[in-house]
Amino acid sequence: MLQVFHHIGKYFLLLKRVFARPQKWSVYRRQISYEIESIGISSLPIISIISMFMGGIITIQAAFGFTSPWVPLYAVGFTTRESVLLEFSPTVISLILAGKVGSNIASEIGTMRITEQIDALEIMGINSASYLILPKILASVIIFPFLIAISMFLGLLGGYLMGVSSGACTGYEYIYGIQAFFEPWKLYYSFTKVEVFAFIITSVSSYFGYFTTGGALEVGKSSTRAVVYTSILILFFGLIITNLFFNR
Amino acid sequence: MIRIENISKCFGERKVIDNISFEFFKGKTNLIIGESGCGKTVLLKMMVGLLVPDTGNVYYDGVDFHALDEKGKQTVRAKIGMLFQGGALFDSMTVEENVMFPLDMYTDWTKEKKLERVNFCLQRVKLEGRNHLYPAELSGGMKKRCALARAIANNPEYLFCDEPNSGLDPKTSIVIDQLIQDLTREFNMTTIIVTHDMNSVMEIGENIMFIHKGKKWWEGHSNKVLNSGNKELMDFVFASEFLKKVFHTS
Repeated sequence: MLQVFHHIGKYFLLLKRVFARPQKWSVYRRQISYEIESIGISSLPIISIISMFMGGIITIQAAFGFTSPWVPLYAVGFTTRESVLLEFSPTVISLILAGKVGSNIASEIGTMRITEQIDALEIMGINSASYLILPKILASVIIFPFLIAISMFLGLLGGYLMGVSSGACTGYEYIYGIQAFFEPWKLYYSFTKVEVFAFIITSVSSYFGYFTTGGALEVGKSSTRAVVYTSILILFFGLIITNLFFNR
Repeated sequence: MIRIENISKCFGERKVIDNISFEFFKGKTNLIIGESGCGKTVLLKMMVGLLVPDTGNVYYDGVDFHALDEKGKQTVRAKIGMLFQGGALFDSMTVEENVMFPLDMYTDWTKEKKLERVNFCLQRVKLEGRNHLYPAELSGGMKKRCALARAIANNPEYLFCDEPNSGLDPKTSIVIDQLIQDLTREFNMTTIIVTHDMNSVMEIGENIMFIHKGKKWWEGHSNKVLNSGNKELMDFVFASEFLKKVFHTS
C-alpha cells in the first residue's frame, strides 16, 4: 500500500517538472508536431480497421437480438450508435491506444534513460521531463479527439455496410436509427472521457519510462507495466466520469 | 578551473568515494583514472550534478555548484559539454540535428548560422558530409566523434568525457584522444576525462588523479607515472605480464 502512495507522489512530482515553463517554445512546437504524427497519425490505420469491423459486429449482434416484431428495425442503427459513441470509440479504442501508444512511449523514454540520453539532456541544462513528456501530452490531448471522431464515423459506417449487405435492416432504417433520440450531451461525455484518457495514457506511460533503471529487460517490464496500469486507470476513470454524467 | 573539496559518497553501507579533493586546470586534459568500479564515474556524475555528494563541494571557477538553485545550476550546465561512454546520441535525430540541438536550445541564431557551426564542429571531428545519417547508421568511433561534436557545439568552458575510448580499437582510441586534446587547447576548455585506458593516460594525461578504493591515491603528470614508486598505480599501469616484461626489459 505504501508503494502505491510512493508512486502517486513520485508521479505528481514528475508532473510538476513536466508543466514547468518550457525553455524554448519553438523547439517544443516542433516536438508537438512530431508527436502528433508519431502518436496520432500513425495510429489511424489500426483504429480505422478495428472501428469498421466492430461497427459491423455490433450491428449484426443487435439485429440478431431484436427478434420481436414489436421492435422497429431502426433500433439496430440506434443501438449501434449508442454502443459506438458511448463506449466503443472512447473507451475500447483508448484501451487499444494504451497498448500501442503507451508501450511505445514507455519503451522510447525507458531506452533514452538507460542509454544516458536523458542524462545528456540534464547536463545540457534542459528540463528533460518537460522536454520529453510535455509535447507527448499536448499532442495526444490535441489529436485523440480527432482519432476518436474518425473511429465513431467509421464504426457507424461499418455498421451501415454490414447491416445493409446482410439484410439486417435497410439503409433508410439504419440512417433513421442512428439519428433517433440523439442527445448531444452524450458526445460531450464521450469527448470528456477521451481527453482524460489521452492524458492518462501519455503521462502514466511516460512516468514508467522515465524512471526505468537497469537494462533492456527493465525497459520491457516498464513497457508492460505502463500498459497494465494505464488500462486499469482508463477503466477506473471511465467509471468515475460515467457516474458524474449519468447520475444526474 | 574546477575544484572539488572533500567529496564523499556512500551507496548504502558502501563508501564509493572517500574524501577526495583535487583541482582540474583550464586548457589541460585532466584525467581521472582507476580500475573498474573504483568510483570514477560516480565522481564525474557528482561533478556535473547527476548525483549529489554526501559531503564536500564542487566549485566551477569559484562557484559552489551544489549550493546553487535549479536556475543557477542550469546556467552552469549550459557551459558544460559532455561525452558519454555510449555517446548518448538522440536516436530519433540525424547527426546534424544532434549537433544542432544545444544551439537550438540556447541560441537565437538563424538556421544558416547554426548550420555553419554544425558543419564546423563536424569538420573538426572529421565527420563532414555525414549530416543526414542517423546514430544507428554510425560505427562506434563515429558515434563518439559525433557526440564530441555535439559536446563542443555550444563552445563549452568545461568538457567531461566518460570513458571516451571504451569499445574502440587502439588506433581509433588514439584519434579520439588526440582530438580531445587538440580541442581542449584550441578552445581553452577545462577537460576532465574518466578512463582506464593506459594509452590515454600516457599520451594525453597532463594532470592525472589515480583513484583506488574510493580514495585519491596518486596525482601528477603522465611523465611521472612510471617513476611514481606507487605500488597500486604500478599494478594498475602494468596489469598485464606482457607490459611488465616490456617495462623491465627497457
